[in-house]
Amino acid sequence: MLYPRREFPIKEMDFVRAGEASLQVKKILQEIHADEDLVRRAAIACYEAEINAVVYGRDGVMSLEIDEDGIYIYVEDKGDGILDIELAMMEGFSTATPEIREMGFGAGMGLPNIMKNADEFTISSAVGEGTRLKIIFRTGWKKTEN
Amino acid sequence: MSESNTEGWVTLRRVAQILKAKVLASEDYLDREVQHVECTDLMSQVLAFVQPGYLLLTGLTNIQVVNTANISGLIGVVFVRGRPPAMEAIAKAKAVELPLLLTSYSMYEAAGRLYMNGLPGSSD
Repeated sequence: MLYPRREFPIKEMDFVRAGEASLQVKKILQEIHADEDLVRRAAIACYEAEINAVVYGRDGVMSLEIDEDGIYIYVEDKGDGILDIELAMMEGFSTATPEIREMGFGAGMGLPNIMKNADEFTISSAVGEGTRLKIIFRTGWKKTEN
Repeated sequence: MSESNTEGWVTLRRVAQILKAKVLASEDYLDREVQHVECTDLMSQVLAFVQPGYLLLTGLTNIQVVNTANISGLIGVVFVRGRPPAMEAIAKAKAVELPLLLTSYSMYEAAGRLYMNGLPGSSD
């Protein structure tokens, strides 16, 4: 591994701090001079995942791992889980409350947008067991000299 | 700084003039050039469709507007209809060097005025 694994906690329904984990990941990727487009794609995917964890996750954690072959982001939460992943992946499908929609989210675009931005994306979830995302970025990533 | 205006580019400073807007944060960064404008209250839409260099017009006023703008690489945000953002949003915008403008125009009228003044849509 090129850099030590980093973990960032995500707090349930904390809309003031929501986004902090993603901004930390973005900062780290900028510091290691990752490709600009990769940084942007990773930041967007992280933020979508973080907002989901804040809204549905009952606390969670975002982890960042980096090696020669890619950038790996894991987001795990302790929420109710997803009943039907196929349905959740469809653009426009959402179980968000009106309060969440008033915040500007909950349009059912988050998971599809993570998939759009990532090079590899896997989601696993079961009702009562939370949700785990694995988001990998390889395009534009090359081992830096520093 | 006035040169960029004469070359067909619209800067945030020019946007502030056109919209008679008050600058709420990051006044030092008004020379940024606007590539395109997006009008929405839906942050999910910003995250899904907006590219770096965009200016956002929105009626949403919470701190997630600033976080979304920062994550998406927006160059600034205009709050419409005279509704200012939350204090923590202004503080965050200053910290991340994101200009925030406040106009009393509605979303429709603000967008129309920008369109008339040299900022056409991205489909042109």
